[in-house]
Amino acid sequence: MSTAALAAVALAAADSQPVDGIHLLIPAVADIVGSLVVVLIIAVPFWKYVLPTFQKIFDERAEKIEGGLAKAELAQAEAAATLADYQQHLAEARAEAAKIREDARAEGAQIVTELKRKAQDEAGRIADTSRKQIEAERQQAAVSLRGEVGALATELASKIVGESLADEARRSRVVERFLDDIEASAVASGAGPAKGDRS
Amino acid sequence: MARIDPTTTRECALTSLVTVLPLAADGGGFQPPTINDFFPPPILFSGTWFEFNRVELVRIVAALVIVSLFVVAARRAKLVPGRFQSAIEWVLDFVRTGIAEDVLGKENAKRYVPLLTTVFVAILGFNLTGIVPFLNIAGTSRIGLPLLLALWVYVMYLGAGIKKHGVGGFLKASLFPPGVPPFLYVLLTPVELLQVFVIRPATLALRLTANMIAGHLMLVLCFGATEYFLVEAAPAMKAFGVLTFLSGFVMTLFEVFVAALQAYIFAVLAAVYLSLSIADEH
Repeated sequence: MSTAALAAVALAAADSQPVDGIHLLIPAVADIVGSLVVVLIIAVPFWKYVLPTFQKIFDERAEKIEGGLAKAELAQAEAAATLADYQQHLAEARAEAAKIREDARAEGAQIVTELKRKAQDEAGRIADTSRKQIEAERQQAAVSLRGEVGALATELASKIVGESLADEARRSRVVERFLDDIEASAVASGAGPAKGDRS
Repeated sequence: MARIDPTTTRECALTSLVTVLPLAADGGGFQPPTINDFFPPPILFSGTWFEFNRVELVRIVAALVIVSLFVVAARRAKLVPGRFQSAIEWVLDFVRTGIAEDVLGKENAKRYVPLLTTVFVAILGFNLTGIVPFLNIAGTSRIGLPLLLALWVYVMYLGAGIKKHGVGGFLKASLFPPGVPPFLYVLLTPVELLQVFVIRPATLALRLTANMIAGHLMLVLCFGATEYFLVEAAPAMKAFGVLTFLSGFVMTLFEVFVAALQAYIFAVLAAVYLSLSIADEH
């Protein structure tokens, strides 16, 4: 349909040399030779250069991709291991923290109890001591009171009786009797704090 | 669309320009296409084995273009492909996975991928010259080239069978298919003999050639008629020119499809014949 094709039609018509249809199926020698040339033009560079080059590229690429995949897998595994490790550490730390807190609470409670107990002891001790001191002071007061009351009574009695109770033994006896009377009256009235206290 | 349109327009213009001159001189009239298109007058070495004509010129141009494309792609090939390399690799990958590995299986495919790739790319390129402006004839539209390629496949599949089974084993496997009642061999063996040694290569070559011849004649018919209607016919007939031009346009697209399809069929059948030759006995 092109220039030459149509020129050929014109030429063939001019030469009045129609081509027999069978020639479409029977190759001319020149056709085969020409075909061989063009096939070789394509085939030789393809087999020697183009296809091996691309094969190499394909192989290399596949290798790279496989290597990359393996590396990625490794990295993934590593990351997973690290994560597991981290989580384990975290759990351990949490457990430890909880334990420490628990211990602290227990210890705190123990300390409070201890302190309470100590305070109670101390309070008891202080109360005891105070009680003892009071008792001692009371006794002391009683003793001193007794001496003073004796002296006062004696003096009073001397003045009343008009007679000197010179005799020591007699005086002492009188005082004793007087005191006993006082005590007895105190007991009888129920107001006396000390009973049977005679020293 | 935009790519094809100028092509056809130019082709039409060219046709008109060229045909008007001689035909006008002849006194006009519609000239239907003839098979003379496939037998252009020799340019060089007339009458020798190396006779060089227009079809051969087209073939050489196509071969150089194909080789340059692939060699340039291979030279610039990188691990991470660019657009051009991706396109080339797409073709190679199509033959490898879509034809070789599909038919032959992954293991056997390796050995025959170079053959199938070369055959596929060569046929595709030579077919497409039929619709390239100024070339306008398929390199495969003369029987020599398809026949040569078919013979190459023929030698390869016979060789593959003999290498795998030995001469006797190959003949036995292909001529006396197992699992058939013995008396049927009377019928089957001659058919298989014809099939393996004559019909397979012959049909490979003829199918391709016939398709390309038919495609070329259809295109010439459409655009020749367009030119006739628009330039020479009576004004009332000019509307037919639009119709024939549209037909030519559609035929051009169809020829692109046929070019790819025929290359695919040739390569697939080559792979099928190879796999039949090396198949284990069932």
